[in-house]
Amino acid sequence: MAVKDLAKFIIKRTITIFIVIIIAAYMTIFIANMGGYVDQIMRSEIMTNVMTRLQNDPNFRNYPQELRERIINETLTVEYRRYGLDQPFIVRSILYLKNALTLDLGSAIYLTSDSGSRFVKNIIIERLPQTILLFTSATLINFFLSLYIGLYLSRHHGSFLDKLFLAGAPTSVIPGWFYGIFLILIFAALFNVLPYGGIIDVPPPDTPFLYALSMLKHMILPLSSWIISAFFLGAYGNRTFFLIFSTEDYVEAARAKGVPSRQIETKYILRPSLPPIITTLALGIVNSWTGAIITETVFSWRGLGLLTYAAITATDTPVIIGITVLYAYILGATVLILDIIYGLIDPRIKAGRGI
Amino acid sequence: MSSESYEFTIKGTIKELLTYKSGIFGIAFFILLVILSFYTIVALPYDQTIRLWRGEGGVWLETPRTAQPYWVNYFGQNLPETIKRDSSQSGQSGVIKIITPIPDTNMKVARISFTFDFSYDSFPSEINIFFSAKYNENSPFLNIYWVKPDGNEIKLLTYIPRSQNDKLYLSINPEVKSALNLYVYNVLGGAPESPLPPEYSLFAVEDASMNSTSTAKPLKGTYKLYIDGTLFGEDSNIDAKLIVYGKVYGIAGTDNQRRDLTIGLLWGIPIALAFGLTASFVITFLDLLLATISGYYGGKTDSLIQRITEFYMILPFLPVLIMISTFYKLDLGVLLAVVIALSIFGGGIKSTRALVMQIKEYPYIEAAKAYGASSKRIVFLYIIPKILPPIIPTLIGAVPTFVFLEAALAILGLGIPNLPSWGKIINDSFGNGALYKGNYYWVLEPAFLLIFTSLAFSFIGFALDKIVNPKLREV
Repeated sequence: MAVKDLAKFIIKRTITIFIVIIIAAYMTIFIANMGGYVDQIMRSEIMTNVMTRLQNDPNFRNYPQELRERIINETLTVEYRRYGLDQPFIVRSILYLKNALTLDLGSAIYLTSDSGSRFVKNIIIERLPQTILLFTSATLINFFLSLYIGLYLSRHHGSFLDKLFLAGAPTSVIPGWFYGIFLILIFAALFNVLPYGGIIDVPPPDTPFLYALSMLKHMILPLSSWIISAFFLGAYGNRTFFLIFSTEDYVEAARAKGVPSRQIETKYILRPSLPPIITTLALGIVNSWTGAIITETVFSWRGLGLLTYAAITATDTPVIIGITVLYAYILGATVLILDIIYGLIDPRIKAGRGI
Repeated sequence: MSSESYEFTIKGTIKELLTYKSGIFGIAFFILLVILSFYTIVALPYDQTIRLWRGEGGVWLETPRTAQPYWVNYFGQNLPETIKRDSSQSGQSGVIKIITPIPDTNMKVARISFTFDFSYDSFPSEINIFFSAKYNENSPFLNIYWVKPDGNEIKLLTYIPRSQNDKLYLSINPEVKSALNLYVYNVLGGAPESPLPPEYSLFAVEDASMNSTSTAKPLKGTYKLYIDGTLFGEDSNIDAKLIVYGKVYGIAGTDNQRRDLTIGLLWGIPIALAFGLTASFVITFLDLLLATISGYYGGKTDSLIQRITEFYMILPFLPVLIMISTFYKLDLGVLLAVVIALSIFGGGIKSTRALVMQIKEYPYIEAAKAYGASSKRIVFLYIIPKILPPIIPTLIGAVPTFVFLEAALAILGLGIPNLPSWGKIINDSFGNGALYKGNYYWVLEPAFLLIFTSLAFSFIGFALDKIVNPKLREV
């Protein structure tokens, strides 16, 4: 019976999440095409191209007026059809949606990958490693730092260090990119010890070891900016979170029974507080894959964030849609997996009632 | 959140807030910002600011380019200030203007001389002369000379104004350059290692240090620039204004377009406050309302709101916001509306909803239901006032998020058009390589204002959190 319930719950969640993804994808398609306005831009662009091409054809000029008009119209129809512009936007948007949902991302309009490919898939895959390298590392480092320092502070609450983190917590309202500006000012402009931005020295070093070293050197500042920004509040938040759990009755009871404090910490405090912590981590990692537009702009870090921005400014809709749909899928899958895990392991979360 | 037994009055809360040091800093800085906002809006009206910031009508012709704030001179530096000498203003010290008609002709001889003291350790940034000549057919014929404190005299050029209001840019004029190059060649007995810009040659101590820009030192003392000229016509006249641009200006310095940064920094205050406070207030209250409706009514309404929340979670906030503001040029109001529309179904809804579901079961709600209170009454009068206090700290603490959001958009070049804001100044400074060129003040001034503003709100938020959520005080 429980298995049947669980299966029902999983199916229901999968369907709702998929519907949400469909709506989100369609919204993105709609906004990225400016509700069909991009079609007009493309139409006029095609028209200009066709006209200039024909005007430069010496034979064309000698044709009679009627024939010329017919040629223009025919060429335009063919070109419009080639770009799929012969159908109204609503029809096309449904087609886009189908392609996006089946991850048939197509090719970009203006952007190309550094290797020259026009396929959206290749463009994204080329940028993804840089983004994962920087922002997933930052997310993981922040996660473990705040977890361990939080645990330490909750064990020593009221100590000087605890008060220091409490006092420092408000500094986390300042976002990472903003600390980045200061780090660039100090370490790149004033002391000239670290690069202003970018991913690798120009020209890139030959040996893999030096290559990695150069990349690491470029990572220091952006990574530090994110760590500084999250440092105090992250640890302080976890500390408060653990403290709230450590005042629960069952923890007091275990203490009264004489359970060793090490065991209380791992079994009575850490375990029940794990689900929200894992949720935060999982969503944080998924989020980190989209990169960070502003941080990447400040540090000229060519990741997915800068790609997104470039795609938006160039109104390269296939790229925008590709990135958003990929993200939606990964996020939806993560949420679903988390739901299922909690449905399985946490007796307090009853499957079927929703979370 | 055990806030049941507390009654919150505004007066009591503020009183308690002031028992925290961070609370005092936060409130004091907040009040200062509000006062400055009002001052800004009154002293620099909206339209005037737009005109000033666009630099219409050459309002910034007489201010130096990328000048540091003048108070850097209090820290052991001795950078020149801008020196102005205007012959049309009679009685100004250091200005002599004599015009004498030549008998039996309709010509006149003119002599304008400017003297000024220069006792700074650094060279000026630029030198310009603005003419305002009055003539009928023939432009005046002018010879311009420069006299250094040691008495050395240089003829800079012969100049014929091309219009009534002509400008002579001494620092980039090729004739002046070649005259000065020749002069430096004669002093050194050869060409210098690196060519000296005119403002260096004009002010440098005349010895071997003139060899390059890095060793050249300005000669202190009284300088003189005089213009000898011939005017043609009965009612002809000439006036000149000499401007020796300094390297410091005002309390905030200037940017690369010579604009006084004070204006931009001041206008940044009301913009940051308006943007941050409005966004934070409206979003928090709408969040609260939606969460309450979702939690109280349950059923279909609840699941609809929950699905929309999930939908919002999947829609990436910043890219969508950037998309909308790139495609449609947004002013402050519309930008705010879009930000609000994109944030109302935020993550805060889930936790507030859980709280509402808890409160829903409280006896006093049941009592209200028993005597027949409508759902609307219960939501607005019994539940929302109950969950409001614990949310206020979040509201205040969220203000900086939106202040920085505006700055972030400005850094991408998507800020509100026309008006200056802190983010826009940072964007300008980055775009002009302020960090490479060492114009740190340009980045640091708006940055520090952003930091202090956000810290003020953050401190108030944290202190309020301790007051309205007393459980935090125990742990």
